[in-house]
Amino acid sequence: MILLRLYWEFFKTGLFAVGGGMATLPFLKNIGETTGWYTYADLMNMLAVSESTPGPIGINMATYVGFTVAGVPGALVATLGEVTPSIIVILIVAAFLRSFRANPWVERAFYGLRPASTGLIGAACVSVFLEVLTGIRIAGDGFVNRVSVSGEHLLLWPQLLLAAALLVLTNAVPKVRDLHPIVFIVLAAAVGIAFRFAGA
Amino acid sequence: MTRERLQILRDLFVAFAKMGAITFGGGMAMLPILQREVVYLRHWATEEELLDYYAIGQCTPGIIAVNTSTFVGQKQAGIPGGIAATLGMVFPSLVFISIIAGLISNFADIPAVRNAFAGIQVCVCVLIFNATVKLLKKSVIDRRTAVIFSLVLAGSVVVNLSPVWFVLVSACAGAALKALEVRAVGTERDGQ
Repeated sequence: MILLRLYWEFFKTGLFAVGGGMATLPFLKNIGETTGWYTYADLMNMLAVSESTPGPIGINMATYVGFTVAGVPGALVATLGEVTPSIIVILIVAAFLRSFRANPWVERAFYGLRPASTGLIGAACVSVFLEVLTGIRIAGDGFVNRVSVSGEHLLLWPQLLLAAALLVLTNAVPKVRDLHPIVFIVLAAAVGIAFRFAGA
Repeated sequence: MTRERLQILRDLFVAFAKMGAITFGGGMAMLPILQREVVYLRHWATEEELLDYYAIGQCTPGIIAVNTSTFVGQKQAGIPGGIAATLGMVFPSLVFISIIAGLISNFADIPAVRNAFAGIQVCVCVLIFNATVKLLKKSVIDRRTAVIFSLVLAGSVVVNLSPVWFVLVSACAGAALKALEVRAVGTERDGQ
């Protein structure tokens, strides 16, 4: 039955995530929280691998989450669940291509949808930053999320310094900022090993 | 099904599997590869058609690369074509990720691997932040979209609710705001 649940969760993700791969992140975070299949840290690792392997990021993440939950059948079911709504919606839109683009209500709905999708990714960004760079944790618990402090340190300085350096490299340094994300992922992995980021 | 039709479906599957296997990153990274394979090499669509598909793929639900594949496939061979192209696009991901995920779970307990992933997580933070900023410039275009963005961001941090609800409410709010604006402009014009 876990496969049916997996299909349904990813069907919803494919249907409501607007704006490509990264837009599925808030949904995947929500699935992890409500089912307990994987933690937020697991999801971060999956995202890193998805960015560094060929294929669309959204599909890579769906495959990875599915594999984590139920092996190869899980990977297959999660991916098919995510693309099913796309196939249905696009086949319908293709049949009415001209009227779809000209319909004022479609444009009006997307006027609100686009900033909402960005807001959801922004919120995921906030909780990722807190989770990885500080000891503060936001966890789903009842209707209002619970904020707690875990670990010995409130601010993790090595992580914060690396984040600041990467922010500058990926945005402000000409030529370097145009490099593929995989370069920065490898760099961060090397720094993590050199300075024992996990304390291991 | 005739042999020719099966041949078309096979071509679609193989072509899109190839594109899935050589694209890193999806979304925008995919467009140049789609242009080369679909427009110049195979003549499955014109440049303008592809850009139309791409634009619609961005503003319909789901993964942009998948939406565009479905579009091109259905134009070639109807509904089976759309499905064949999409399955081709996701096929390499299924193979690569299943292999890598299997390998990583075997090495997850090695200290160096754990330290490496702790470093990688920091990089992922920055990559998500950069993606948010890029999307922000495209989606927050005036005061009202800024309000929707802020409310959804704050609401989603504070309240434990499925993202589905934020998406549905915002689509309705956007439609209502735009419709009111159109009416207001209409009455203004009538008054003059």
